Amino acid sequence: MSEPTLRTEAKAVEPEAAPQERHPMDDLLREERLPHIWCSGCGIGTALTCFISALLKSGLDLDKVVVVSGIGCTGRVAGYVRLDSFHTTHGRAIPFATGLKLANPELKVVVFSGDGDLVTIGGNHFIHAARRNIDMTVICVNNFNYGMTGGQAGATTPVGAVTTTTPYGNYEHPFNLPYLAAASGAVYVARWTVLHVRRLERAISEALAKRGFSFVEVVSPCPTNFGRRHKQRTGLDTLRYYHERGIIRHGADPRSVDIELGGDIIEGKFVDIEKPTFSDCCAGIVQKAIAQ
Amino acid sequence: MSSEKGVLSGSFFMQGDVACAEGAITAGCRFFAGYPITPATEIAQRMAARMPQIGGTYIQMEDELGSMNAVLGASWAGVKAMTATSGPGFSLMMENLGLGIMTETPCVLVNVQRGGPSTGLPTLVAQGDMMQARWGAHGPYEIIALAPSSPQELFDLTIRAFNLSERFRTPVLIMTDAEVGHMTERVVIPPPEEVTIVPRRKPRIPPGDGYQPYVADDDLVPPMAVAGEGYRIHVTGLTHDERGYPATSDDSAQWKLIQRLVNKIRLYKDEIIEVEELYLEDAEVVVVSYGIAARAAMWPIELAHREGIKVGMLRLITVWPFAEEKIRALAERARAFVVPEINWGQIALEVERCAAGRVPVYLVPHPGGDIHKPEQVLAAIRRAVA
Ligand SMILES: Cc1ncc(C[n+]2csc(CCOP(=O)(O)OP(=O)(O)O)c2C)c(N)n1
Ligand code: SF4
Ligand SMILES: [Mg+2]
Repeated sequence: MSEPTLRTEAKAVEPEAAPQERHPMDDLLREERLPHIWCSGCGIGTALTCFISALLKSGLDLDKVVVVSGIGCTGRVAGYVRLDSFHTTHGRAIPFATGLKLANPELKVVVFSGDGDLVTIGGNHFIHAARRNIDMTVICVNNFNYGMTGGQAGATTPVGAVTTTTPYGNYEHPFNLPYLAAASGAVYVARWTVLHVRRLERAISEALAKRGFSFVEVVSPCPTNFGRRHKQRTGLDTLRYYHERGIIRHGADPRSVDIELGGDIIEGKFVDIEKPTFSDCCAGIVQKAIAQ
Repeated sequence: MSSEKGVLSGSFFMQGDVACAEGAITAGCRFFAGYPITPATEIAQRMAARMPQIGGTYIQMEDELGSMNAVLGASWAGVKAMTATSGPGFSLMMENLGLGIMTETPCVLVNVQRGGPSTGLPTLVAQGDMMQARWGAHGPYEIIALAPSSPQELFDLTIRAFNLSERFRTPVLIMTDAEVGHMTERVVIPPPEEVTIVPRRKPRIPPGDGYQPYVADDDLVPPMAVAGEGYRIHVTGLTHDERGYPATSDDSAQWKLIQRLVNKIRLYKDEIIEVEELYLEDAEVVVVSYGIAARAAMWPIELAHREGIKVGMLRLITVWPFAEEKIRALAERARAFVVPEINWGQIALEVERCAAGRVPVYLVPHPGGDIHKPEQVLAAIRRAVA
């Protein structure tokens, strides 16, 4: 067969020599690991983008920023950021991060993981790290189910939701995450959907700047496993739902921000208080200990 | 921070658990995470008192899953770290002991064994977790476990455990028990300059020059960069390549990684295995034991000598990796092995494996709650020569 001329021409103009433009976020991604594993329409990438923008604007020494994830689709975040990063076991990102932070207080420790990981299997660590006010930022991508393992129900699944393990509709009461975080002692609590990227980015910036246990819930589509069972076939359908039912209410009482299936999603900053951290309190007893 | 209280050199009348904590401090441990459990609690209590004095961190976690992970996190922040527990907590630590093995995280895990299964005998001795120590985390791996017989040895072996964990980049287990942990005896803490400390092996290339976290040296152990040093490492419990990146689409990375994780210990086991040999030159019967059971077997061995029986003792100070060659060699010249252990046959199975049918192996079992009565061990020795 003869070589089609068009192709030769196309080759001739292939912009090999043209300077490769780098995306401002490239430096913070492990490009050699791309493409990532996430489905199209998944919200995790958007949450990661907001996190990276917040980091780039934070002025933090990026050599001192550490990302810790557990297991799940969201848990893969640790593997894509070009930062010191740890992909631990299911539910255990927070205690691992606690060890990092207490052993080297210079580190800025961020836990980035899923709802099942952080508050279902890892719920005990979540409430205790908040109670102790360990200086860390926890970003939780809440897609109301276990994405990675094929869409099972977890502690955030709304009542009535159909998942692979609630074929007749979920009949367990779910956690309201901002309320859980606030009641456990978090000093910063915010919730945004991945539709509200600017506000989400700002919330992550604020959380990073906060001393103590800061928590950002990111409400996020999982079209593959959750959306498609709830009349949201694509990620876009879910974003439309966020647009229609998202209500911004800063300062709302965390008790009032439950999410019901297909219902309103109250977003905003709910808690922003000052409290001594675990390390502050611990430093207070050192003199006493040395005097002994 | 005042470091003068770091190594408490001197001679003390000291409890085993306390000696363990002091051994850790002497080795440079500056992070302890734990959860109270008898008979290991005194280690946590000592650490709670001592860590703030020497610029270290003590944290009581919400459970043993948290404790094990906090220890791994601390090690990745560059600090020597330890946790201590007993049976029920040891069970909870297994998954993340595996994470430590897979990610090659130096740290020390102490199990002050008590009677089991389940809550069992909270205050009383047992040695029932020896096989759990070997195989308790899922998957194929090698492990290092040490078994002290006295408070002094608990002190010494805790230092050794830290050194081995840094040398081989792996969690090291101290498998002690309620008797040794709660026994109070003379413990000598040497001056710091007399203590050998193995430092962490650090990357020899600066950040940005292509350091890969899992490229090993010739001895199969990779130098370890930690968080905050600028290397931007990625560490995962998934099967990974030399960059530390997940490699789960075929089995080639798994072959490479598991062979290295196993061989970095197996090929260097002579450096790790430590035993004590007593009266073995002409022994017809060899008692193989460890920890408190070995100590309790000394009197029946004495009694057997009075009866003219040629019996000696092989005391396993390192239990894992197992002293296979030693046992095989003894199987060539002894008439029988007697294995007293405070469980229903764990290390006895290993002895049997190495004896390979050449000579009989007599287990002296005990369910836990006490040490063997001298006559139980003596009866087994007599039977072995009958
Ligand atoms: C101890 C343990 N139990 C179960 C699993 C299987 N598992 C992997 S991810 C996952 C759920 C993840 O859900 P979530 O944290 O919500 O993350 P998502 O995938 O939705 O982002 C489960 C149950 C595991 N890896 N480890
Ligand atoms: S399964 Fe769901 S959470 Fe996981 S990548 Fe796909 S869309 Fe995202
Ligand atoms: Mg999820």
